Amino acid sequence: MAFDTGLAVVVLGVAVWTIAARKTVAAVAGFVAFGLLLALVWVRLAAPDVALTEAAIGSGVTGGLLLGAATRLRRIEPSAAGETLGIGLKLAAAVLCILVATGIAAIVLLLPEPAPTLAPQVAKNLDRTGLGNPVTAVLMAYRAIDTLLEVVVLLLALVGIWSLAPDRAWGGFPGARHHADSDGLLAFVAQLLVPIGILVGIHIFWVGSTAPGGEFQGATILAAMWIFAVMAGLLDTPAVNRRWLRLLLVIGPAVFLAIGLAGFAVAGGFLAYPEAYAKVMILTIEVPVTLSIAATLALLVAGPPERPPNG
Amino acid sequence: MTGATLYGLCAAVLVGLGLFGLIVHPQPLRMILAFNLIGSGVFVLFGAVALRGAAAGFGGDPVPQALVITGIVVAFAATALAVALLLRLFR
Repeated sequence: MAFDTGLAVVVLGVAVWTIAARKTVAAVAGFVAFGLLLALVWVRLAAPDVALTEAAIGSGVTGGLLLGAATRLRRIEPSAAGETLGIGLKLAAAVLCILVATGIAAIVLLLPEPAPTLAPQVAKNLDRTGLGNPVTAVLMAYRAIDTLLEVVVLLLALVGIWSLAPDRAWGGFPGARHHADSDGLLAFVAQLLVPIGILVGIHIFWVGSTAPGGEFQGATILAAMWIFAVMAGLLDTPAVNRRWLRLLLVIGPAVFLAIGLAGFAVAGGFLAYPEAYAKVMILTIEVPVTLSIAATLALLVAGPPERPPNG
Repeated sequence: MTGATLYGLCAAVLVGLGLFGLIVHPQPLRMILAFNLIGSGVFVLFGAVALRGAAAGFGGDPVPQALVITGIVVAFAATALAVALLLRLFR
C-alpha cells in the first residue's frame, strides 16, 4: 500500500508539472514521464496488457508526436497563443475543476458492493476462443466489433491528416528528408536497434494470444522502429499515393470485415467464429491488422505530405 | 483504503487537473496535452473499476481493460489529427 500511495503521489506530481511547466517542451517531457509512470500504475491495477499499450502508445508515440510539434511551434508559439485568462476567471476555473474532481471522487467512494464484473463470463467462454489471454479474447472475440471500428477510426484520422497537405505536395512524401550521417551515432544505433526492435514487436504480437501483449502493442513497436529508421536517415517516408502503401493500410480492416461478414454464413452472426476454427480465424485477422495498424500509426506520426510526389 | 479506491481518487484528481489546464492554457499544444491528461484520468478510473471486478482467477475484469486499450489507441489518433490541424493552422 505504501508503494501505491507513493506512486499515486509521484504520478500526480508529474501531472501537475505537465500543466504548470513554463516551457512547452518541458511540459511534453513531463508528459512522457507521466505516461511511463502510468504504465506502472496499470501493472499495479493488474492490467499488464494496458501497461504495455500505455508505455508504447500513451507515452512513447504520443510523446514523440508532441515533442516534434513543440519543436516546430517553438518559434511562433507566442503569436499562436490565445488570450490569457484573468485571475478571477482562473479562480473560477479552479473551483469548477475541484468540483468535477470531487464529484468523481465521491462516485469512486460510493461504488456499489459487490462490484459488477464480467470476468466470470469471460472465463467461462475463454476455451471456446482458443485464446489464453482474456484481454485479447475480449478484443478479438467478444467485443471484436469495437476493435474493427477502432482500426477504421485510425484510418479515418490518417485520411484527415493527409487531407491537410498543400496542393503542391498532394500525394507526396510526409515530413522532411533526414539524411544519414554515415559516421553518426544515430545511424549506427538505428542499424543496431531496429532489427532487434522488429523482433521484439513481432514477439509481443505473437505472445498476445496467451500472455500480455497483442496486435496494438506489437504494431506500435514496429511503427516506432520505422519512425526511428526514418529519423536516422536510413529510410525515406514513402509518397502517400503509392498503391502498395494504400494496400498495406486497408488490408487489415478489409480482412477483418470480410471474416466478420463470413461469420453470417458459417456461424450465424457478424464477427461470429465457428468454434473449431476460432483461433485460426482470429490469427488470420490479427496478422494483416497488425501490419495495417503499424503502417497507420507510423504515418499518423509522420504527418501530412510536405514534398511533392515526383521530386 | 484499497488499491482500487486509491487509484480511483488519483484518477479523479487527474481529470480535474487536465480540465484546469484545458481551460486556462492559452497555447493550443498545451491544451492538447491537458486533454490527454483528462483521457488518462478516465482510463485509470476504468482501471480502478476493472480491479474491483477481479473474479474467476483474473486480476481484474478483462472487459474494461480491453476497452481501455481501444481508448488509448483512439486517443492517440485524435491527438495526431489535432496536432496536424494545429501545425497547419500556424504554418
